[in-house]
Amino acid sequence: MRDGPQHAVEATGLVKHFTSGKKTTKAVDGVDLAIPTGSVYGLLGPNGAGKTTVVRMLATLLRPDTGTAKVLGHDVVSDADAVRAAVGLTGQYASVDEDLTGTENLLMLARLYGFRGPAARQRVADLLAAFSLTDAGGRQVKTYSGGMRRRIDLAASLVLSPRVLFLDEPTTGLDPRSRNQVWDIVRVLVQDGATVLLTTQYLEEADQLADRIGVINHGRLIAEGSPSELKHSVGQGAVTLRLADAGRRAEAAAVVQRVLGTEPTLPTDPYGLTARVPDDGTHRVAQVLPALEEAGIAVPEFSLGQPSLDEVFLTLTGEPLPEDEQGSDEPALEQEVSR
Amino acid sequence: MTAVDISTTTLREAVALEERPSRPSAVSTSLTFGWRALLKIKHVPEQLFDVLVSPVVFTLMFTYLFGGALAGSTTAYIQFLLPGILVQTIIIVTVYTGYTLNSDITKGVFDRFRSLPVWRPAPIVGALLGDQVRYTIASVMCIGLGLVIGFRPDGGVLGVVAGVALLLVFAFALSWIFTILGLLLRTPNAVMGVSMMVLMPLTFASNIFVDPSTMPSGLQAFVDVNPVTHLVTAVRGLMGGVVDAGDIVTVLVSAVVMTAVFAPITMYLYRNRH
Ligand SMILES: Nc1ncnc2c1ncn2[C@@H]1O[C@H](COP(=O)(O)OP(=O)(O)O)[C@@H](O)[C@H]1O
Ligand SMILES: [Mg+2]
Repeated sequence: MRDGPQHAVEATGLVKHFTSGKKTTKAVDGVDLAIPTGSVYGLLGPNGAGKTTVVRMLATLLRPDTGTAKVLGHDVVSDADAVRAAVGLTGQYASVDEDLTGTENLLMLARLYGFRGPAARQRVADLLAAFSLTDAGGRQVKTYSGGMRRRIDLAASLVLSPRVLFLDEPTTGLDPRSRNQVWDIVRVLVQDGATVLLTTQYLEEADQLADRIGVINHGRLIAEGSPSELKHSVGQGAVTLRLADAGRRAEAAAVVQRVLGTEPTLPTDPYGLTARVPDDGTHRVAQVLPALEEAGIAVPEFSLGQPSLDEVFLTLTGEPLPEDEQGSDEPALEQEVSR
Repeated sequence: MTAVDISTTTLREAVALEERPSRPSAVSTSLTFGWRALLKIKHVPEQLFDVLVSPVVFTLMFTYLFGGALAGSTTAYIQFLLPGILVQTIIIVTVYTGYTLNSDITKGVFDRFRSLPVWRPAPIVGALLGDQVRYTIASVMCIGLGLVIGFRPDGGVLGVVAGVALLLVFAFALSWIFTILGLLLRTPNAVMGVSMMVLMPLTFASNIFVDPSTMPSGLQAFVDVNPVTHLVTAVRGLMGGVVDAGDIVTVLVSAVVMTAVFAPITMYLYRNRH
């Protein structure tokens, strides 16, 4: 264990309202957090849940209406400067200057953090190299691709090697390749002892990176636990089949129910069939196909889907995500097995 | 697509920072933000040229269209008009301070600045310092044009430089009004629109274009208390070699008052903005 407090981030009863015109929104409604030093915490929730507002309060950009928060033992309101010196923030939207080049952006930050002359230039060169941006350093950021912008933004947050890093939806809108790069970067940072708070709309992302996940909705934490605990509460996902012969669907459903022990649902597609995997049933998924084959039922398509954020919400709140809050680009982790 | 691979080793080395530099001073931080403003002029020079179009048009139009009627001859009129046009140009350029600040906020750049452990007013003070360079460039171009079409200031180089210096002091103070608008309004274009509404009466109800003695008395009363009028008179005096200490003092006092009132409001809004 490193020096310093046991919890890098501690918050109690954070509340924040926004008023625009006559309408007041309770963006954050009593959030408590305790993030152990050196761990990754995933704040998972749909659009408008209050994730950004929580991060902005912790990063000293917003003052909580009530409640307190400490980062590395420093109060975010009364000791904001100490917090700022210890924290790196990558906001939901790129916060680098698009008119400036990548090098100029980083050089400005290096100087603002106190690096001087050649030391500042060296720091910038190291960061550009670390983020594969050396060649692009001389170009204006507005010419960068989405993945490059994310990387320069991350590099900008790491100029002073912060011990606590806040990443607000670091991969939203990125292609899978860039998303994997961001994940790799986060893993390296954590191995080196940083504490990371990341927000995401994707259960898969929280699952991949976080030691603990908090699910937030309407400004409240509605569930908290390790990724496996959380997925456990939702079930292990679902098996989806597509049959060659629609006429044998009832037979197939009976076989699947016998193997998995859950009753399959029959979608409108006459060839389709979906069954939840029960908590204790992961190992039996592998037996579904042989059992069907034995019954002489041909299955040209088979997939195992992890529970999505939609399903987590359905389970935790008893209601689906509101239509307009569902990320359409949600990457449901699908392991396709075609035969 | 070229393959981009993040090398874990390089990344790890970059993250493992051995020495943390000490916190930079307020002055050096402000200068760094000023440097950023200069980089903006370099990368987006259009912004400067856009604002120079109208003074060029005004100068040419007023000098050649009305010069004869208003002052007897175009050469006589340009001696009167140019200092006024210069003041108007720089005052209009100050609006960009608010516009730039608001774009930084809407684009999220200011979030990063506000999350840095630096002297709080530095981003704004730095931007205002950088703007001084912008005002200087605009002044040089405006006076250059004047010289080409017959402006011959009696105050000489010294008088011209002193006039510009006084103008810069006033512009710095005036900018704080626009930083307030930049922090209060929602979009950069709204800042532009509202700022122009503030500036129109200040510039037109002044002695920039004509001698106010021909104006109706109600308007004249406003023109007389308008700090822009005093600024124009002072700059005209300095450039024309007839220094009026009274007007210079009035300008300096209004600059101090504007800064004392509007700078703290700006900083209050800056600290408490969502
Ligand atoms: N500056 C603001 N002014 C008014 N309402 C806001 C502001 N920021 C956020 N909100 C509202 O607060 C709620 C939570 O927003 P946010 O924290 O951005 O959610 P998330 O990041 O999870 O999408 C939303 O209803 C949003 O509309
Ligand atoms: Mg958000």
